[in-house]
Amino acid sequence: MVQALCQRLLECLESAIGFLFAQIGEGQVTALKMGARLKSAVCEGEIMVVMAPDAEISMTCGGVAMVDAAESVTPSGDVHPDHSVGVVMGKRYIDEAETLEVLCVKSGDGSLAANGALLLQKDTKKLPKTD
Amino acid sequence: MNVMMLLEMASAAFPERLAFTDGSSGTSFTYQQLFDAARKRAATIQASGASRLVKLDVSNLSTPLSLFASAWAGVPYVPLNYRLTDAEIQALLARVTPAYLVTDAERVSELGASAAVNATSTQSFLDDAQHREALEGSWAMDPEEIAVLLFTSGTTGEPKAAVLRHKHLVSYILGSVEFAGADENDAALVCVPPYHIAGIAAIMSSVYSGRHVVQLPNFTAEAWIALARQHNISTAFVVPTMLARIVECLEAEGAADAQMPNLASLSYGGGKMPLSVIEKAMQLFPNTDFSNAYGLTETSSTICVLGPEEHRQAARATAADERRRLVSVGQPLPGVEIEIRDEEGRSVPAGARGEIYVRGEQVSGEYEGRGSVVDSEGWFPTRDAGSLDADGYLYLEGRADDVIVRGGENLSPGEIEDVLMAHPAIADAAVVGIASKQWGEAVAAAVVAKAGSQIEVTELQEFVQARLRSSRVPEVIQVWPELPYNETGKLLRRVVRSELGEAAEA
Repeated sequence: MVQALCQRLLECLESAIGFLFAQIGEGQVTALKMGARLKSAVCEGEIMVVMAPDAEISMTCGGVAMVDAAESVTPSGDVHPDHSVGVVMGKRYIDEAETLEVLCVKSGDGSLAANGALLLQKDTKKLPKTD
Repeated sequence: MNVMMLLEMASAAFPERLAFTDGSSGTSFTYQQLFDAARKRAATIQASGASRLVKLDVSNLSTPLSLFASAWAGVPYVPLNYRLTDAEIQALLARVTPAYLVTDAERVSELGASAAVNATSTQSFLDDAQHREALEGSWAMDPEEIAVLLFTSGTTGEPKAAVLRHKHLVSYILGSVEFAGADENDAALVCVPPYHIAGIAAIMSSVYSGRHVVQLPNFTAEAWIALARQHNISTAFVVPTMLARIVECLEAEGAADAQMPNLASLSYGGGKMPLSVIEKAMQLFPNTDFSNAYGLTETSSTICVLGPEEHRQAARATAADERRRLVSVGQPLPGVEIEIRDEEGRSVPAGARGEIYVRGEQVSGEYEGRGSVVDSEGWFPTRDAGSLDADGYLYLEGRADDVIVRGGENLSPGEIEDVLMAHPAIADAAVVGIASKQWGEAVAAAVVAKAGSQIEVTELQEFVQARLRSSRVPEVIQVWPELPYNETGKLLRRVVRSELGEAAEA
């Protein structure tokens, strides 16, 4: 009985640690700056920050933390199946609260997410050509 | 955030597509060629040690190349008005040194004589063999860096240099243009000069949408019509005076329509469009979408648009107030807010006239050496006078400084001009205030008669009297063969004012 309880506790602890590690694996949280350029660690996707809230954000593509576009990292590893719809060059993506907006500057297989929540594609209103 | 990013995306998406064609020489850049050339010129600019790239010539392939190479090199792009006098050009140039200057071959030795100016001819700048090194690395992404310094055409005092940062221009493009939205066969005819904000906006919005640009360096209606037909132009921007000439020229051809079946959209802006011109144009281009754009240098171009469907509705309307919408500049772009304020800075209700204030990401409102004139809440005073109707459509009433103060009463020239323009014999009208012993200022008008029409001054005064209060009836009316406009379609009010003032004194 005691043994079973201990076993259960250990399992809980393990899953908690696992969860913690998964969070860390998702990437360091950073404050995103307008104009900053990030690239995916697992696909060709690349984004530019158009608007960001004044808060720390864990930005992922394909479920893996994005890196500074200036870093010489070649994409490796797998796109997480839950983050695999992809990003399309020229499309803008926003979070639910509409406080974070990014522009995709290179298409990729991974989907964008902020703090684990997938970003949504923003529709550009069709405007008459004026220039 | 950097305007180079717009070109990078376009060249990645459609490298082989034609980007720019010089309409006079017929030479072209594909998107990939333009991108590669910008990388090399960026190296040249950086090696020169210049802190600005100054451009002084008509539109050609070196125009977009200069804009993007400057952005890559991290120096502001400064296009100057080549119609200014030599002394004016020297004075502006001295304000933007050390400069890398790209100009006509015949200006190189004179303007390059200064140690602070590294001058090169347009031809050498375009010659790939003279720019062997390609810049390593990417451009800066700091949104606060200055992309463009644009001298405004200020009619009084020293010209001001409007500061447009990368964040303003990129925000404008992202907010108003769909990436890769153009079809491969689309072509834009660009005839506004490179030192005009509409010329800069045209480069960026065409690149981002993947549209081929055909450049017309020196506008004539004949050349515009010929290029539009030759290149199957699908979209174009003109200032009102240009459209008036195009309409005249097409009417002289005697055809019932313009015979430009591919011209899907024709937009205009930069000045007040006479109702008679736009109505005639809509008849000559029956299948073309017309858009009226209102914007300023300080707002990175367009902030308000009257779209094609609104044009058609207004043209079909019979009620005067619905028809009047044809001379409105439309509603603000998404992300742009407009407010009309009185002299005390208080917001006024719909229908009331006042000064136009604007707010949004694309609004700079900053001048070099003078700082920002944007208030703490982000509002920029345009110095343009106008009113909003109940549906949020904006009507322009001229510059706030043009208000006529007659015996303590503020009169808007725009209101009186609208009435004059509604007279069947009038093709164009300008109303100004002239010095008056009795009133401080008196109302005076210069009008242009429609071909074959006669204008009777007293009859015209009665026409205004019947529609407006008597204080608004012009005391002086002169009939002129044409009104004075600058090359980008701005009415030269000070010229009208001084000539009518002299006539009144004589």
